[in-house]
Amino acid sequence: MPLNPALKKVMVIGSGPIIIGQAAEFDYAGTQACRALKEEGIEVVLINSNPATIMTDPEMADKIYIEPLTLEFLTRVIAKERPQGLLPTLGGQVGLNLAVQLAETGVLAEYGVALLGTPLEAIKKAEDRELFKRMLGEIGEPVPESIVVETVEDAVSFANKVGYPVVVRPAYTLGGTGGGLVSNEKELRDTVTRGLTLSMIGQVLVERSVAGWKEIEYEVMRDGAGNCITICNMENIDPMGIHTGDSIVVAPSQTLSDFEFQLLRTASLKIIRALGVEGGCNIQFALDPSSFNYYVIEVNPRVSRSSALASKATGYPIARVAAKIALGYRLDEIKNAVTGKTSACFEPALDYCVVKIPRWPFDKFTEADRSLGTQMKATGEVMAIDRTFEGALLKAVRSLEIANAGLTGTEYQTLNEVQIKERLRTPSDDRLFLAAHALQRGFDVGVIAELTGIDRFFLMKIKEITDLAKVLSGVKGIAGLSPALVRQAKLKGMSDNMIGRLTGIDPKEIRQFRTAFDIKPVYKTVDTCAAEFEAATPYFYSTYDSENEAIPTSKRKVLVLGSGPIRIGQGIEFDYCSVHSVRALKEEGIEALIINNNPETVSTDFDTADRLYFEPLTLEDVLHVVEVERPEGVIVQFGGQTAINLAEPLAQAGVRILGTAVEKIDEAEDRERFEKLLSILDIPKPPGRGASSPDEALAIAREIGFPVLVRPSYVLGGRAMEIVYHEGDLLNYVENAVAVSQHHPILVDKYFQGKEIEVDAVCDGQDVLIPGIMEHIERAGVHSGDSIAVYPARLPERVQDRIVENTCKIARALQVKGILNIQYVYYNDEVYVIEVNPRASRTVPYLSKITGIPMVRLATKIMLGKTLRELGYRGGLAQRSSFVAVKVPVFSFGKLTGVDTFLGPEMKSTGEVMGVDRSVPQALYKGLLAAGYSIPRSGAVLVTIADRDKDAALPVVRGLAGLGLKFYATRGTAHFLNNNGIEVAEVNKIAGGSPHVVDLIRSGRVNFVINTYNEGREPVRDGFQIRRAAVEHGVPCLTSLDTAQALLDVISFLQSGKETSLVALDEYGR
Amino acid sequence: MRAYLALEDGTVFQGEAFGSDVAQTGEVVFNTGMTGYQKILTDPSYCGQIVVLTYPLIGNYGTNNDDFESKKPWVRGFVVKELCDYPSNWRSVMKLDEFCRKYGIPGLTGIDTRALTRRLRNYGTMRGIIAAGEQDPARLVQAAQSAPSISGQDLARAVSTRQVEVWGDGPTRVVVVDFGAKSNILRSLVQRNCTVYLVPAWTTVEEILSYQPGGVVLSNGPGDPKDVMYAVETVRQLIGKVPIMGICLGHQILALALGGDTYKLKFGHRGSNHPVKDYETGRVYITSQNHGFAVDERSLSESEVVVSHRNLNDGTVEGLRHLKLPVFSVQFHPEGAPGPMDSAYLFDRFMNMLV
Repeated sequence: MPLNPALKKVMVIGSGPIIIGQAAEFDYAGTQACRALKEEGIEVVLINSNPATIMTDPEMADKIYIEPLTLEFLTRVIAKERPQGLLPTLGGQVGLNLAVQLAETGVLAEYGVALLGTPLEAIKKAEDRELFKRMLGEIGEPVPESIVVETVEDAVSFANKVGYPVVVRPAYTLGGTGGGLVSNEKELRDTVTRGLTLSMIGQVLVERSVAGWKEIEYEVMRDGAGNCITICNMENIDPMGIHTGDSIVVAPSQTLSDFEFQLLRTASLKIIRALGVEGGCNIQFALDPSSFNYYVIEVNPRVSRSSALASKATGYPIARVAAKIALGYRLDEIKNAVTGKTSACFEPALDYCVVKIPRWPFDKFTEADRSLGTQMKATGEVMAIDRTFEGALLKAVRSLEIANAGLTGTEYQTLNEVQIKERLRTPSDDRLFLAAHALQRGFDVGVIAELTGIDRFFLMKIKEITDLAKVLSGVKGIAGLSPALVRQAKLKGMSDNMIGRLTGIDPKEIRQFRTAFDIKPVYKTVDTCAAEFEAATPYFYSTYDSENEAIPTSKRKVLVLGSGPIRIGQGIEFDYCSVHSVRALKEEGIEALIINNNPETVSTDFDTADRLYFEPLTLEDVLHVVEVERPEGVIVQFGGQTAINLAEPLAQAGVRILGTAVEKIDEAEDRERFEKLLSILDIPKPPGRGASSPDEALAIAREIGFPVLVRPSYVLGGRAMEIVYHEGDLLNYVENAVAVSQHHPILVDKYFQGKEIEVDAVCDGQDVLIPGIMEHIERAGVHSGDSIAVYPARLPERVQDRIVENTCKIARALQVKGILNIQYVYYNDEVYVIEVNPRASRTVPYLSKITGIPMVRLATKIMLGKTLRELGYRGGLAQRSSFVAVKVPVFSFGKLTGVDTFLGPEMKSTGEVMGVDRSVPQALYKGLLAAGYSIPRSGAVLVTIADRDKDAALPVVRGLAGLGLKFYATRGTAHFLNNNGIEVAEVNKIAGGSPHVVDLIRSGRVNFVINTYNEGREPVRDGFQIRRAAVEHGVPCLTSLDTAQALLDVISFLQSGKETSLVALDEYGR
Repeated sequence: MRAYLALEDGTVFQGEAFGSDVAQTGEVVFNTGMTGYQKILTDPSYCGQIVVLTYPLIGNYGTNNDDFESKKPWVRGFVVKELCDYPSNWRSVMKLDEFCRKYGIPGLTGIDTRALTRRLRNYGTMRGIIAAGEQDPARLVQAAQSAPSISGQDLARAVSTRQVEVWGDGPTRVVVVDFGAKSNILRSLVQRNCTVYLVPAWTTVEEILSYQPGGVVLSNGPGDPKDVMYAVETVRQLIGKVPIMGICLGHQILALALGGDTYKLKFGHRGSNHPVKDYETGRVYITSQNHGFAVDERSLSESEVVVSHRNLNDGTVEGLRHLKLPVFSVQFHPEGAPGPMDSAYLFDRFMNMLV
């Protein structure tokens, strides 16, 4: 059926900020869908609160609203834009839930908006547990025994009937939020209580556990005419019981015979037909490893993390095809964009193996509970492709950019057999490595399979690697290497680094050895059809085989390095930058090549760059691509720290780095050299220096005065950074937290609790363009990624001039060609430099959007030799927008038990939203709302303030009191507030017995909590308990008084009765 | 042990041997299915062919006692990228290596199967030889060049049952003419309450009708349909006397019997992902396919038959329906095995014709 001509304008809902369970995959899906719609001549209206997305770029949609994803704002956009249709299945669970709300509250009917694609009925049947069960019963598909409960007692009586363990899943939540496998009544009660609070509809499913069964997923598509296809099936290496987002996944399935493969495929088609999905859907099965018995576990009637993975794994653009289906096209009317010839109505055939590994945030959250279960904890993922499983697995491990870049670390050496067995039995993020270690120790494969539920097939593959590692460990020096052995190591996916570590040979020598014997990878194409047809899209992966398909063109070409998996500190912003750089290259008529390994992103869409290399971002892997393609240069400024870290080694290997010179990058990043530069330029920085012993650290601290900011010199991104107020704490830090030594000095800097200022600038070596200056709401000390940023910064003109002047000086001194980011602290009327990053920062998308200045494109073109003038820009601070934009960080604390939520120098947020309006309070209101805060106009606040913050807290509390809010406080704070004439109800500390402060939070009587950090992070402390209780019960908890002040301003604005305005992206410049 | 695959165009691939160490010639073809190697090995339609699997990891789930599409494997040789030496599946009773050795199938592993597939795609299927041990590549190429062509061998006769077999005991009697029938065709009919008489390819019309069948199924099978003109003649006489369903080679034989023509495809259709449109329902089904020949649409009499199914990828004829008689055929495999069962409804369609 061709396109409905009445459909002229369609609205797309994005998924909002990146949080655990909802990452960049929806930017990828949304971007693809928007393009698919625009191709059909449809006007696209987009709403998404996340500025760091490609889908919110001007060319992606006709009207873009970066506004909170709430019923109110969506309704306002609909009323203003009057679209005829709404695509609900592209914005993840958030988008889907909102679409359901819009339908059910009658908004869609009122404005005559049709729900396109999968009908509401189908969405409900898939999402509502009871309807879902009933439907599967009708078509004879098995589901595990289960019950939907609205009370804890019903859950308990069901569990008593079927026996423990049981799985708890709240209805309508993200990434399984609040669910879990429970093995006794106490756990059941806790989990169900929490799940009932988190569920949008107050329902929780309790079901018989099939933990240990194989978890198999199918990506299925259906069009309105009833044509059904499966895109891909995937096998979770981790068995049932671990969230698929936290599982290592392989595609296609490896241990299923054709009978099992078809059994589940047939069931998938039956289910998608019964649901009546029109578009894509993901179906999860549990399959008994020793019979044909299976259960249907879950259906997602929308694009998902798995569909993004399936798209990248097969080359089949699921979101694009789903969008076309939503417009009424049949599958056979849609073209296969990869072959350019065949239709989209076929099933991809893979002739390679794909491995996905989740990227967990436990390197940042060392205190978090690392066990894995039905609650997803990973922030991102990597994918790797190879013609062998071992190759794909080890490439994926390399792509994670974690300490253990092979599979054979030494960190488990101290564990005894019993400990290893115990840890194998309890799933955690490092189980893959532990299993490899156990194999090296000689554990029987059968024993490990029994303990982990991981199929022997995969364990045997890992054993292939560890066995070969053993052989390599016996090699004595380069003379002991044979070409055959190296070739074998390469076939098993080992990097030069891994071989080097095992043999004790310098990886550079191994590289030379390989070059001498011509041992190098070739590149093969991902073509959806296993070479049956010629492919039009150059989507490549490396493998050690004979025929190379990546034949370089004769065009000018440049390679852009991507940013790898999404992790805390390096998020979707860098993918945004990479994509923009690629587009700039294309605009300049240069062939754009990209290397990246994140399957969720737009940058790894097969038609973003001219050529996509799906590879790890390590020196070796990048050099291999460079050797084949011979690009005229490599761009390292946009892929976050991942890319910039490769600048120096690449340059040493003779590769030309475009833009700022490598030597100058080093000058910005090397502390001593940078300090020297600053002193020459006469630009102040907070006093401080490196210490290589506890005594030295103490001496420095005494000299510059407490509080001091301490951190190890060798870790980036705020890891293990702390603000220390007393000598005792400093000693504790240097002796316990980080082992300070000659080789690992720590940095001790004066901590100025001033206003933090951030600048992103573009420089062509001469002129410096500063699109805008941002200030942070939270004082220095809270990581810039966790602070609320406000554009434009509210600063005296003199200070602003000083910042502009210093920024220009630094940029020129570093001869920056491209982009840079500088963080300043404004304290006692002086502006100090805290940090310079000679690369794109996390604020680039946000600042680009509000100012309309395409920073990455300018920077890329400068790297190609253009000047700002030639590009139509002048140096200096750009004229400010008439709008205010705030960037509000978003956290995923609810999903990470054990993590303390107080904000400090270590970054903790996973995503961000933007609020734009005429004034700061309006923009802040939108930002906070978009970030998920429910902002009370009245109500009660729990206040617990550390002694040193009490005086500073007083004006905030007074302000809130003035707005009519009521207060609860623990004893110290209560006394202090009473003494200052503020009425407050005292509440017990935990030690004081129930009802205590945590009970109060649980009771739902407080609207938010203000809690400032008191030293000590041990979980027993009240502060920690308060913060965790707040997270777990969905009560906002502000740990910075500055954030509290901002909230006060917002409440005051709300009470004033003034309205926010609806601002489209194209109005920002006006 | 080393092993080689040499093609008639002079290309030689060197890898490791598995299975049997006999040397075998055959037509080299590729299959893009990601599962189902045991069913491929035992599908009689592969008789005379050396099969290359494009999926690189093969043997992962071993071999078992159920996944036989006939009594034994028929492929001349088996070529994979990586053979699994430690299968893992609850039904597995034997490694693929042992299975191939037991049935005398020479195997080759460790070669760039994608490069080989691209070659076959670009230049068409070729004759080849698979040989283990120390070999002179030039002589292997000569051997490949002098191997018999797939046409002219009457491979259907070689794989067909010698005696009549009876499957099932249902009320509906169906004769299946065995040109190399896959067991799942028989099982599909038995499941639909049929008594199936599996008769040799050379069975006469009289003999076929003597079973008083409600319908006749012309099975799949290997080779060129023009090698079984005796069967074409039989079918010509059957048309109009009994409902007929043709599958794969059976479809081509039916087309020839109806006066049509067949031709050889460049590299054929072999895999589990071929989209086929059924023009009667307007629906597209993902089908399992294994054929190197196809029916020439232009050769068909418009007054007698219509093209009922077409391949979405290349537009080739995938099904025929007689305009007046209960006679139809499909080029693909409604019985799947390996591959999807989406078009199993065709057996129902056939059963409905019988009533």
